[in-house]
Amino acid sequence: MPPPAEDLVIARPEGLYCPPGDFYIDPWQPVSHALITHAHGDHLRAGHGHYLASAASERVVRKRVGDVQLQTLPYGEAITHRGVKVSLHPAGHVLGSAQIRLEHGGRTWVVSGDYKTGPDPTCPPFEPVRCDVFVTESTFGLPVFRWEPQRVVFGQIDDWWRANAAIGRCSVVYAYTFGKAQRVLAGVDAGIGTIVAHGAVAAMDEAYRASGVALPATKSVLECSPIELRGALVVAPPSAQGSGWIRRFGEHGDAFASGWMQLRGARRRRSLDRGFVLSDHADWHGLLEAIAATGAPRVIVTHGYVEPLVRWLREQGYESGAFRTEYGDEREESLETSERGEEPGDSASDMPAAPP
Amino acid sequence: MKDFATLFADLDASTSTRAKTDALLHYFRRAQPADAAWALYFLAGGKPRQTVPTAIVRATAREMAGIPDWLFDECYSVVGDLAETIAHVLPPPRAQVDLPLHVWIEERLLGLRGQPPEDVAAALRGYWDELDTPARFLLAKLIGGAFRVGVARNLVLRALAEAAGIDAKLLAQRLMTYTDKSHTPDAAAYLQLLDPEHRAQASGQPYPFFLAHPLQAPVETLGERADWLVEWKWDGIRAQFIRRGAQSWLWSRGEDLLNGRFPEIDATHALLPDDTVIDGEIVVWREGRVQPFAELQKRIGRKNVTKKILQEQPVALLAYDLLELRGVDLRGAPQHVRRGQLEALVAPTPASALQLSPLVDAPDWLALTALREESRARGVEGFMLKAREGRYGAGRTKDVGVWWKWKIDPYTVDAVLVYAQGGHGRRANLYTDYTFAVWDAEPPTDGTALDPEQPRRLVPFAKAYSGLTDEEIRQVDRRVRDTTIERFGPVRGVTPTLVVELGFEGIQASPRHKSGIAVRFPRMLRLRWDKPVEEADSIERLRGYLGVTANTGPGLQS
Repeated sequence: MPPPAEDLVIARPEGLYCPPGDFYIDPWQPVSHALITHAHGDHLRAGHGHYLASAASERVVRKRVGDVQLQTLPYGEAITHRGVKVSLHPAGHVLGSAQIRLEHGGRTWVVSGDYKTGPDPTCPPFEPVRCDVFVTESTFGLPVFRWEPQRVVFGQIDDWWRANAAIGRCSVVYAYTFGKAQRVLAGVDAGIGTIVAHGAVAAMDEAYRASGVALPATKSVLECSPIELRGALVVAPPSAQGSGWIRRFGEHGDAFASGWMQLRGARRRRSLDRGFVLSDHADWHGLLEAIAATGAPRVIVTHGYVEPLVRWLREQGYESGAFRTEYGDEREESLETSERGEEPGDSASDMPAAPP
Repeated sequence: MKDFATLFADLDASTSTRAKTDALLHYFRRAQPADAAWALYFLAGGKPRQTVPTAIVRATAREMAGIPDWLFDECYSVVGDLAETIAHVLPPPRAQVDLPLHVWIEERLLGLRGQPPEDVAAALRGYWDELDTPARFLLAKLIGGAFRVGVARNLVLRALAEAAGIDAKLLAQRLMTYTDKSHTPDAAAYLQLLDPEHRAQASGQPYPFFLAHPLQAPVETLGERADWLVEWKWDGIRAQFIRRGAQSWLWSRGEDLLNGRFPEIDATHALLPDDTVIDGEIVVWREGRVQPFAELQKRIGRKNVTKKILQEQPVALLAYDLLELRGVDLRGAPQHVRRGQLEALVAPTPASALQLSPLVDAPDWLALTALREESRARGVEGFMLKAREGRYGAGRTKDVGVWWKWKIDPYTVDAVLVYAQGGHGRRANLYTDYTFAVWDAEPPTDGTALDPEQPRRLVPFAKAYSGLTDEEIRQVDRRVRDTTIERFGPVRGVTPTLVVELGFEGIQASPRHKSGIAVRFPRMLRLRWDKPVEEADSIERLRGYLGVTANTGPGLQS
C-alpha cells in the first residue's frame, strides 16, 4: 500500500526520503542529496552527491568519508530547500549528532537519528523539538534498559582502574572508536594514571579536540615505559580484543563499555572482567520521555526493538508505525550495535510502513 | 543479604579464578556462621526450594513495573533469564534495608510457601522496594528456586578450606551431603563442617567421586598396555554404595540419595562387610546383559517401584572400585590393589544385583581397538582405561592417578536446520537452540525427477544446542535471522538452507515422537555449509541404526 501522499518522509529502497524536498536522510545507497544525522558508519555512507550535516560534525564527517561535497549547518539555523525548511538540533548521541527538523506545507516532522537524553561531556544535550510526526530510533526500546546516571558508571570505571593500578595491573576498556571512546576519556578521573589511546581512538580524539572538545592527554603505547603501563588505562576498539596489539599489555584487566553490558548474557559472552553499562542511546524511559516531549501524536519507529515500541505506543494512544531501515546493521562496523538482538527493520517487516 | 549479593555479583562478573577465590575468601572470613551456612549451601549447589510459584512472581513484578504481559514476554525473550528480567524492569527502590542472609531465607522466604497469593504478592512488593538491582536479581533467583552460581564447587571448597584452615579433602567428603534436601543449613551444621576434631565418617556420606577424562590422543600414547586396567564403559548411573552397621546408602554422582529407588541393590548390602564403600554403575541388567539407557530411564524418578517394573527393568550395580573396606580408606592404594580386594569381595556373591564390572583382557592396544568396535553391539560406550598404579582422586584431578574414557565415535547424520530458539544465560539474545529434520524418504536413485505431486518432506527429529564454537553460533544466528519465514513466540521457523552433521549416542524407536525415533545426546559435530539441503540424510538412515543397537547384536556399521 503506498504511503499517504502528504507524508514528509517515506521509506524508499535507498533510504528515508523527503518527496517535496527530493533529498534523503542517512541513505544507505548512493543518492544525489543526503542529509546526515551523524557520522557513524550505518548513517553516514560514502558515494552521495551532496552532503548536509551539522557544523559541529564537520571534522568527524571528513574523517570518515574524506573530501566529499559537504555543506554544514549550525544547530538551530534553518535553510530552505525546494520549499522544505530544514534545521538541525542536538541529538546528544555523539559529537555533531543532530535531529533533522523538516517543515513544509504547515506540517513539521523530526527525524531523530540516534539520540540519548542523558548528559555527555563531549556533545551538547538532546533538545526536544515540537513536531507533528516524530521518527525515532529504538536501539534500547525495552523496559529492561534503564541507565544509571553516567557519574555512577564513571565512578565504577575509576574504582576498577584504581584497584587494578594498585596491584600493578593494566586496565583495558574496549569502547567504540567514535563517540564512546571519547566519552570514556572525558568522563574518567585522569588523575589516576596514564591513559593510553589505541591508534584508531587517537585519530578520532584529534578530530574531537580540533572541534573544541576537551579531552585529557593520552599517550601512544610506544611512549610508555613498562612500569607506566602497569597502572595505565587503555582505551581501545573492541576489535583489538585478543589481537597482537593487546598482548603487549601482558596480564591485564579488561572491560567493555556499552549499553549491551546491561544484559548478563552479553557480558558473559564477551569473557571480560567487567561490563560497564554506558550507552549513547536513550534507554526505555529516555525514549518515552523524548517522544512525549515532541508533542507528536504520530511516531514512526526505526532500528532497534521496533515491534514492541510500536505496539506500546499504539496502546498509549499514539498513531504509530515503522520504517524499515539499514541502520544498526550488524554487518556494519558499528560495534555498538553488533550485539543487537534484532537487526534493524527485522521485526518491522510484517508491519505496515505507515499507520492505516 | 548485601554481602552475599555482592559476592554473587563478583563471582558472576569475573572470569578469573583468582578473583573468584579472593571474593569467596573475603566473604567467608567476614560472614556470620548463620549466614555463611546458607551461602555455602547455595554455592555448593544446594537448590533453594521454590517458595513462590513463578506465575505470582512474574505477575507481581509486571504490575510493579506497570507493563503489559506481552511486553514482559518480549523483555524475557531478550534477556533470557526470568530473575534478571524482573530485576531490570522494576522501578527503582524507595528504601534500602540490609538484613542478614539467614533472616531473609528463614524468616522471609521460607515463610512464603503456601501463603495466599495476595499475601505473597504484597510481601514481594515490599521486599523489592528495599533492594537494589543485584539484590533483586538474587532474591528472584532464590524464591524462584532457579539459583545457580558461576563458580566451580571445587573452588568454593578450596576457598572455604583456606578460610577455615581445615583439610580440603576432609571438607570435600563432609560437603557431599551438605546440599541434600534432608536438612536445613544452620550455624551449628556449618560450624560442625569446619570443626577439625569432628569425626568424618559418622554417617553414610559418600566420598568425592573420581571422574574420568575423555581420551583424545591415540591410545598408543598411553604407553604399555600392561600399565592399564581396562573395563567396558557402561552407560548408566554412576553410584557409590555404602554399608555401615545395619544400614546402607546408595548415592548418585549428582548427590541424590537413591535409597529405595533400586531395592534390588539395597538388598545386597547384607553381602558386604561393615564399613565398606563400593563405586560402580547402576544399569538395567536383563537376559545376562546390559540394556539401553532408555530402559533405565523408566526407573529414574519413579518412587513407587512396582513388581512389574522390577521384573521388566531389573537393575544391577556393576562394581568397579573399592574405596573403603572394613573401615579402611583404600583411596590411597594403587588401582590394581583396590581391584584385587574388590574381586575378592564381589566375585563370590551370587546376587546378580551386585556384580563385578569385568576387566577386558585383550593383550595389546591393537586387539583392544578391534574389540572396541563391538561396543555398540554390546550396549556399551567404549572402554575405561585406568592407570594400574593410580590412586583414587577427587573430581577431575589427574595428580594421583588417571581414568580415561575411550568412547566409540557417535552415530552421525546430516540433518537440516528447521527451527531455532534463543538461548539463555550467556547465550541469551542469540539463536542457539536448534531443531533438526531429516527427509521423510530417500531421493529417487534412478535419476528421475521427484514427483511434484508428492514432494519429499522434512521431519523434525532432534533438538541440539551444543557442539558449536561461539563464532559458529554467531554464523548460524545470522543465517537464522536471514532465513526466518515464520515466528511462534520465541521460536523461529527458517527456510531450510543449512545442513549440520549431528552426532548422538543412542537411538530408540519412540511412538511419542512424530519422527518415530528418539536419539540420545544429540549434538552438533560440524556445520556443512557446503552441503545442499537435498543431500541431507533421510529417516531411512536413522531407521537403519535402530537395528544395530543393543539387543539385536551384529550388523555393525563399518
